[in-house]
Amino acid sequence: MNKTVDLKNKRIIASTHEKLGQKNRMNQTYTDVNDIFYKAEQTASFLTGSEVIREAIKRASVGTSVAYPITPQSEAAALIGEIYAEGYLDEYFRGESEFAVMGQCAGAAFGGHRVFTTTAGPGTLRAMENFPMWAGARLPIQVCVTCRGVNSPLSIQPDTLEMYYLLETGMLVWHAETAQDLFDFILKGFIVAEQPDVHVPIAVCCDGFFVTHTKDTVELPPLDLTLTPYDPYRNPQPVMDMETSPFRMMRDPFVMKSNYISYATHASWQQEIRSAVERSRKHTIPLLDGLIDEQNTDREILIVASGTAVSQSREAIRLLEEDGVKVGLVKIKTIRPFPTEEIKRVTKNAKHIFVPEFNVTGWLAREIKSIIPDNERVYEGPHVCGGMTLPCEVIVEQIKIHLGMETEKLRM
Amino acid sequence: MSKEKIQISEDLADIMPPEYQELVATATFGNQDRGWKDIGSSKELIEQHSLCAGCPESIAFRYILASLPAPEDTVFVGSTGCTSLVFPHVAVHNIHSLFGNQNAIASGLKRTLASRFPDREKDVVVLAGDGATVDIGLDMTMQSWFRLEKFTTICFDNELYANTGGQESGLMQKGFVAKMAPKGKNFEKVRLAEIAREAGCAYVAVLTVSKPNRVEQVIKNAIYVAREIGPTFVQLYTPCILEIGKQSMEGLDEMKDSETIGGRFVQKEYITDEAQKLLDVIKEETKERKKAAKAAKKPVNA
Repeated sequence: MNKTVDLKNKRIIASTHEKLGQKNRMNQTYTDVNDIFYKAEQTASFLTGSEVIREAIKRASVGTSVAYPITPQSEAAALIGEIYAEGYLDEYFRGESEFAVMGQCAGAAFGGHRVFTTTAGPGTLRAMENFPMWAGARLPIQVCVTCRGVNSPLSIQPDTLEMYYLLETGMLVWHAETAQDLFDFILKGFIVAEQPDVHVPIAVCCDGFFVTHTKDTVELPPLDLTLTPYDPYRNPQPVMDMETSPFRMMRDPFVMKSNYISYATHASWQQEIRSAVERSRKHTIPLLDGLIDEQNTDREILIVASGTAVSQSREAIRLLEEDGVKVGLVKIKTIRPFPTEEIKRVTKNAKHIFVPEFNVTGWLAREIKSIIPDNERVYEGPHVCGGMTLPCEVIVEQIKIHLGMETEKLRM
Repeated sequence: MSKEKIQISEDLADIMPPEYQELVATATFGNQDRGWKDIGSSKELIEQHSLCAGCPESIAFRYILASLPAPEDTVFVGSTGCTSLVFPHVAVHNIHSLFGNQNAIASGLKRTLASRFPDREKDVVVLAGDGATVDIGLDMTMQSWFRLEKFTTICFDNELYANTGGQESGLMQKGFVAKMAPKGKNFEKVRLAEIAREAGCAYVAVLTVSKPNRVEQVIKNAIYVAREIGPTFVQLYTPCILEIGKQSMEGLDEMKDSETIGGRFVQKEYITDEAQKLLDVIKEETKERKKAAKAAKKPVNA
């Protein structure tokens, strides 16, 4: 479990789909993901995160997308509707709640479509019962989670608390820092999630508003290329289309059996889902160029972060450098599978590890503390919540205070 | 369609279980005129069931599976409840995901199958209990009808939550004393058939499963109309003999009593004009086909 993939064995999966090289009804050529990202010429575009989601889905050969309004994903979900009307998707409609939407997505995936949807905050929690069901049923659905506060009174502000709830659902959970990450993760996420030895759902998360509603420069491959379609018959389980022989699943339904076989079956299946998530590492590492990015990790002070907290940390590191404080940076791209070995390796020599986060619990810090030795080295923070921004000056101040350095008191 | 999909590879023939061998040899996949009369004389699509002895739901299951016009292209969507104990034994693809989301699953599934197989008819049939259909899942049941999703919803109405031990449900009769209704249910049985009609179903039927020929006709009607026109709904009374204090052999009498004049389950149908026209055409075609088949069977010199 959680072994580091040997660089010599790095192998980027090449598509063998029968439609490779053929054209779809939008005159796009079905193309291997490697060629889309590493061979095709990329063009810089200046887009909002929502528009980036649309651009990714235009090139993703998605069968079905189901939409429901909730800030801050509503715009992206509506933009997917527009490209459906243009002919890019086979099916698109508005569901009646996130619980229903995730069921509709499951139905489409059971039937053999590549499925994409988006949600946020309270929507993620309303949909929650579906996520372990997706994983248990091995449905490689992609949900783009544009994180927002989960709170009463109502909040629509950015906050990554909902990702904490997703961690044990059996899904892959990736966290995009920038619009470019978001574009790349959406397309690459389909490819990893659909591998026969993985075949579990994926949540591609980004920080709401900070990523969805700001404009950024994104390198896009040409629009006349699109991912090879999902092949439902590479599913490790039968597709529910009566194109394969009907099967009798078991002699007695396990739900009503209180015996060792029943417990063992459920237990081994839960372990299998988690193993499938771990097996995704070998596909993810070549496609994302590692589960983490690292910069100057030989330094004694490190910041480890995910999402837009990484961007803020970069700027904080620059400010600290001006004051003569040298800090290294670790960007975590995949929260599930968690880059356990990688984090152990890069934090080996660190004396102080700071984990800035956009949520009240500091869940990423807890994850890191749970896997490294001498975890008193981890400083859980700074973290902000309730939609606050995380100014780089706050990160600088917290690091200085923690290290016992003199600092100009910030007015909060 | 034929039994092509269920054929056994020669290399594996000797290790396949006898039930499967029998399925290949004598099941009625591909027989256009299959029906309840095949029960007992051909391989049924339900191997066995884990329901209580004498449960009317078990015979309802057999009638429905025998009545599917094209089981080789039918996918079932179930829900949590007694039905979910039976589906693992059914020789038709079926999905059980959560409690109450069956019509949401079916919406995504039907659209996907229609998109993947544009030239073939793939029937999607929801089969769930009354708790799943009316209480926890009512939103998704009705929304699928509003959206005019082209699949059939069958509700096994046993007027309570049977699998969890007999709690009050929306389809329970007013006044019935049950778990969670210690003073008796204080509101009327939900009028689901009328809700279905108003919500957009092109064909609605309410009946018991006391008469198999009626069940067969209703199931066929519902599936034919769902293929061509829009959502259809069938509500079948399958009393939970255990929870209403009856004996194993009393299920049939309970159903017969409830369908007599003034009873809760007197057979009724709501059919739109468009659906009726379609059913008339199908009836005529079936008659012609059977007539021709009969003629073809007669010896030439007779």
